[in-house]
Amino acid sequence: MTDSKYFTTTKKGEIFELKAELNSDKKEKKKEAVKKVIASMTVGKDVSALFPDVVNCMQTDNLELKKLVYLYLMNYAKSQPDMAIMAVNTFVKDCEDPNPLIRALAVRTMGCIRVDKITEYLCEPLRKCLKDEDPYVRKTAAVCVAKLHDINAQLVEDQGFLDTLKDLISDSNPMVVANAVAALSEIAESHPSSNLLDLNPQSINKLLTALNECTEWGQIFILDCLANYMPKDDREAQSICERVTPRLSHANSAVVLSAVKVLMKFMEMLSKDLDYYGTLLKKLAPPLVTLLSAEPELQYVALRNINLIVQKRPEILKHEMKVFFVKYNDPIYVKLEKLDIMIRLASQANIAQVLAELKEYATEVDVDFVRKAVRAIGRCAIKVEQSAERCVSTLLDLIQTKVNYVVQEAIVVIKDIFRKYPNKYESVIATLCENLDSLDEPEARAAMIWIVGEYAERIDNADELLESFLEGFHDESTQVQLQLLTAIVKLFLKKPTETQELVQQVLSLATQDSDNPDLRDRGYIYWRLLSTDPVAAKEVVLAEKPLISEETDLIEPTLLDELICYIGTLASVYHKPPSAFVEGSRGVVHKSLPPRTGSSESAESPEAAPSAGQAAEQPAVIPAQGDLLGDLLNLDLGPPVSGPPLAASSVQMGAVDLLGGGLDSLLRSDVGGSPAMGGGGGFAAPGPAVPASMGAPLGSGLGDLFDLTGGVGTLSGSYVAPKSVWLPAMKAKGLEISGTFSRQVGSISMDLVLTNKALQVMSDFAIQFNRNSFGLAPAAPLQVHAPLAPNQSVEISLPLNTVGSVMKMDPLNNLQVAVKNNIDVFYFSTLYPLHILFVEDGKMERQMFLATWKDIPNENEAQFQIKDCSLSADAVSSKLQGSNIFTIAKRNVEGQDMLYQSLKLTNGIWVLAELRIQPNNPTFTLSLKCRAPEVSQHVYQAYDTILKN
Amino acid sequence: MIHSLFLINASGDIFLEKHWKSAVSRSVCDYFFEAQERASEAENVPPVIPTPHHCLLSVYRHKIFFVAVIQSEVPPLFVIEFLHRVVDTFQDYFGVCSEVMIKDNVVVVYEVLEEMLDNGFPLATESNILKELIKPPTILRTVVNTITGSTNVGDQLPTGQLSVVPWRRTGVKYTNNEAYFDVIEEIDAIIDKSGSTITAEIQGVIDACVKLTGMPDLTLSFMNPRLLDDVSFHPCVRFKRWESERILSFIPPDGNFRLLSYHVSAQNLVAIPVYVKHNISFRDSSSLGRFEITVGPKQTMGKTIEGVMVTSQMPKGVLNMSLTPSQGTHIFDPVTKLLSWDVGKINPQKLPSLKGSMNLQAGTSKPDENPTINLQFKIQQLAISGLKVNRLDMYGEKYKPFKGIKYMTKAGKFQVRT
Repeated sequence: MTDSKYFTTTKKGEIFELKAELNSDKKEKKKEAVKKVIASMTVGKDVSALFPDVVNCMQTDNLELKKLVYLYLMNYAKSQPDMAIMAVNTFVKDCEDPNPLIRALAVRTMGCIRVDKITEYLCEPLRKCLKDEDPYVRKTAAVCVAKLHDINAQLVEDQGFLDTLKDLISDSNPMVVANAVAALSEIAESHPSSNLLDLNPQSINKLLTALNECTEWGQIFILDCLANYMPKDDREAQSICERVTPRLSHANSAVVLSAVKVLMKFMEMLSKDLDYYGTLLKKLAPPLVTLLSAEPELQYVALRNINLIVQKRPEILKHEMKVFFVKYNDPIYVKLEKLDIMIRLASQANIAQVLAELKEYATEVDVDFVRKAVRAIGRCAIKVEQSAERCVSTLLDLIQTKVNYVVQEAIVVIKDIFRKYPNKYESVIATLCENLDSLDEPEARAAMIWIVGEYAERIDNADELLESFLEGFHDESTQVQLQLLTAIVKLFLKKPTETQELVQQVLSLATQDSDNPDLRDRGYIYWRLLSTDPVAAKEVVLAEKPLISEETDLIEPTLLDELICYIGTLASVYHKPPSAFVEGSRGVVHKSLPPRTGSSESAESPEAAPSAGQAAEQPAVIPAQGDLLGDLLNLDLGPPVSGPPLAASSVQMGAVDLLGGGLDSLLRSDVGGSPAMGGGGGFAAPGPAVPASMGAPLGSGLGDLFDLTGGVGTLSGSYVAPKSVWLPAMKAKGLEISGTFSRQVGSISMDLVLTNKALQVMSDFAIQFNRNSFGLAPAAPLQVHAPLAPNQSVEISLPLNTVGSVMKMDPLNNLQVAVKNNIDVFYFSTLYPLHILFVEDGKMERQMFLATWKDIPNENEAQFQIKDCSLSADAVSSKLQGSNIFTIAKRNVEGQDMLYQSLKLTNGIWVLAELRIQPNNPTFTLSLKCRAPEVSQHVYQAYDTILKN
Repeated sequence: MIHSLFLINASGDIFLEKHWKSAVSRSVCDYFFEAQERASEAENVPPVIPTPHHCLLSVYRHKIFFVAVIQSEVPPLFVIEFLHRVVDTFQDYFGVCSEVMIKDNVVVVYEVLEEMLDNGFPLATESNILKELIKPPTILRTVVNTITGSTNVGDQLPTGQLSVVPWRRTGVKYTNNEAYFDVIEEIDAIIDKSGSTITAEIQGVIDACVKLTGMPDLTLSFMNPRLLDDVSFHPCVRFKRWESERILSFIPPDGNFRLLSYHVSAQNLVAIPVYVKHNISFRDSSSLGRFEITVGPKQTMGKTIEGVMVTSQMPKGVLNMSLTPSQGTHIFDPVTKLLSWDVGKINPQKLPSLKGSMNLQAGTSKPDENPTINLQFKIQQLAISGLKVNRLDMYGEKYKPFKGIKYMTKAGKFQVRT
């Protein structure tokens, strides 16, 4: 007799039948019926129609029946809130039952019914249960607070349940403590700012005591909570570590990994000279190794974490290489992770073993794995110099196998090896060339072409080889096309006599027959370079290339430090901070490793990591332009060059001249783009260039009949928006920056308020802007005279000029700012209102206006609506004049006022406007004409703000 | 915490869902199905699958995917450990964990799942506590229940739930008091072509079956505790005592449990009990290949190796094999290309061998990879690490229990490359 019988009835009257059974007098029949209902429910059938009948069965002393009804209630109460109320009375009564199991069950079930009306009734019973004499009831009630918070957070706060929950941390029963901690942690997750888990040495002591006695799951909660604590000194850190260490021998892998997290974090505070430090390091290895003998899913999570640990503290597992050797029946996801760690652990001492293994893997069946193994051999060569020779010969052996994808991967990595050890292994080129025909993947083809171009002088038939690629030029992927272009130019520079025809052919293919702008631009540049100054061309194209870095895909150190704080969590599996993926992360609190006590180095910042990453990305808004030099040097292929990451880390190291050196290279990793662009002349990306046809700026002194409003308002300066927060304190270790832009009597300034919300004094402020569309730059250094004490603010007006270097941003008025203080460098970006760029001599002569209006093509005209503005025409023009928008003429056409206006931007762009105002219609129509139509949108926004304020 | 659980069978049907918080739509499993489709085999489905709003964590056991849905940052190991616990509990309750069994007992399954988690927080995961709350179905009990109208849900608060020893129920009584310990070691090894060991490690466990009346307090000591430097204990073991005296002191749970698992790492010298001599060769020109393997004992401390089973995944190019074993039976499946040879016992005087030829697909080049040989075997009365129990003492109770210790060594992932 099994439960499968419950699934068998599919007759029409099923619900009806069940109804009858539910209302039966016989207990046994009732129970069977409820079971059938539950069974239908579990497979997704809708049995909500039976709600009243099932609820009727609730008042019973049969515990199983009660539980079944509860199961049903939890599922359907939400869809039948009114009916659910019927159950409340029974719940309240059950909460008073002498049997603690019933009390706990009732409070537990009530919390699962997500209906507002029911939750109101829940408060009283819950309050009683939280103080129940039976710990089983208390621990159930603790979880119930978390449930209730999820449904109605406000209610929980109003009723003071949070305080009761905090009291439970000091409960005598370890299980109650663990559940209270778990509930508080979950609540805290949605309230990152609240100090729910405000830990002090006393409560830590309570937790550590409970840790020894509670269940394995409770241990996980407590350990995760402990990891958030910041010990006050190294002595405290050590004593916590000592009490956590026994957890490393727990059978539950989650307990082990949580313990590892606590230890890894607090270890940071211990001095390396301490004996205990060494002992702890030794103790960490065995549990990590043990995790690898568990089920593959656990192994996977463990491996992702070990990957982090190995990067942070390679010494822990340096002798354990062998446990990462791959078994052929490991699942693929385990294999790939193991391989990653093997490479990280590879060193001179174990390289022979590792290589032998990798070679073995390269003959396996799984294609992804084989590819990665081949790549790994290349990475070993780059990482351990002594092994390079062996790696190369291994790769050659693999090429001999003629397995297509192995050959292709091998060629890709050999290219990297050439980059790392120039002029050392070129003897293998001949072997590589034999396999030219089998290459069908773009990456491998590109790598091969690069090799041929780079070593053209050593390959006798380089021209033939490249020519053979050229035949199908248009069918190749961009990567290969670009590479081929560069390789042929290199070849030409090395052997100019025989290859003239080839180079012309490729240049014309690239510039005339291609639709790809990257390719065309590069083609043009080479063309011009070659035709104007072949010597310079040689210097540029055949320049010495920077060496590639030893370690690829290392996690950026500050991010790594943050991730170490998240060992054992999802973040550690994704290798991303939770802010990057947690749903609706309401300002996730960033965690950071504690600073080593006694040393003067300041806390490393986990915060700057993501923003530094952003800043590094941002200069590439217009990649075609930014990468030009990189393109010329032909660095767009293969592993990342060490440049940018190094710059990023040097910013972190707290070097003295942060803004001068590190930041500059960070923000301008594309320096040199501009000269190349200048040389390219006409084909550069259209920037906000000065329209040459515009006449010289005209002084406003030239009188004009239609100049209606004289100089009114010029003194008051243009409209200034209220200050807004640009950089919240949370993102900048306590430094909050709010500000706005203003323009007064011809000078632009950035008005800032710096507030120190941290606990330490801030000093040494400096500011720098990234290149932007209008060349905004600070005209003076940021002057903060006294160090900024905690909770103090300072107002500063920073004068700006527009002579900085120009780069078109998206949006146009985007400004990226870096602010430095003694703690760190912070990045933020803000949008400036365009009217701060309207210059005082923006008034155009009437004739000029007419001529220009006609001259600008109609496509450049943009029309906008300004809504809800009830000013008269005169008031409008005087208001606009305050912000340097000048009215040149006013006409009245069929009862409508037409204002003709002009303004000029700091970079000389004129914008002409026609503003139509109808009496009694609060919506104005604005038509803008400009030679650089991209600004129109922003000019319109400026109009809108000025008129409405 | 854990939001929901979906059970999915190999053909991709969701046959059970359980929600501990608000219900999550089944459609979230589509991400899982996508990943399943991408993976070549069920074993290769990645255990962590991010989706836009949730994260799916899965384990694959007994041809069933247990997929947990989580919404916030939860330790994944916690979830995976919990899922394993669910599988173990099912197995414990129903003998086997299969789709049919789960469907047959869907109400019990549902009740058990409800007891295991509350709002996503683990509530009762110890099998003895669960069994007190919800009695496992047995044919007898079902019959009795139908007659008497009693239920299989306990109406007493499970006593273990709150005691200091939550793993043991009170009031245990036996007429025969016995305690058995099995020391089982699995040896994982990779042996290279030439027969030398690339890596070898031992995963050992001590499984216990303790049926003792009252609240016995046991101590177990070893002849050579030094071997155990990497251990995971059952929560009942007093860690302090182990740290200071290297003695296992504990109040045991009632019935079967795993007292301890340990790991003897690759750095210690691990004895390899068997060797495989192999000669597998493909020739470029001919469509015939030679195949010859011999298995023999190596370091067995005089014990017999039994239950030997050799399996090997042959390369795709192998069409058929004609082999003669000196003992045992062998099968080659021409579809999956899996060769398995059930050897049985190894007689050191007459080593078992399997010889013959392979038919290769004509006209193709010889396979790139040589097959890896997978070995299974058992050695009774031997713990290959050399671990030996010294004595077992009982305190706290007056009676004299019957004690027994058994040793066994098994092959874990034992691979020989050719």
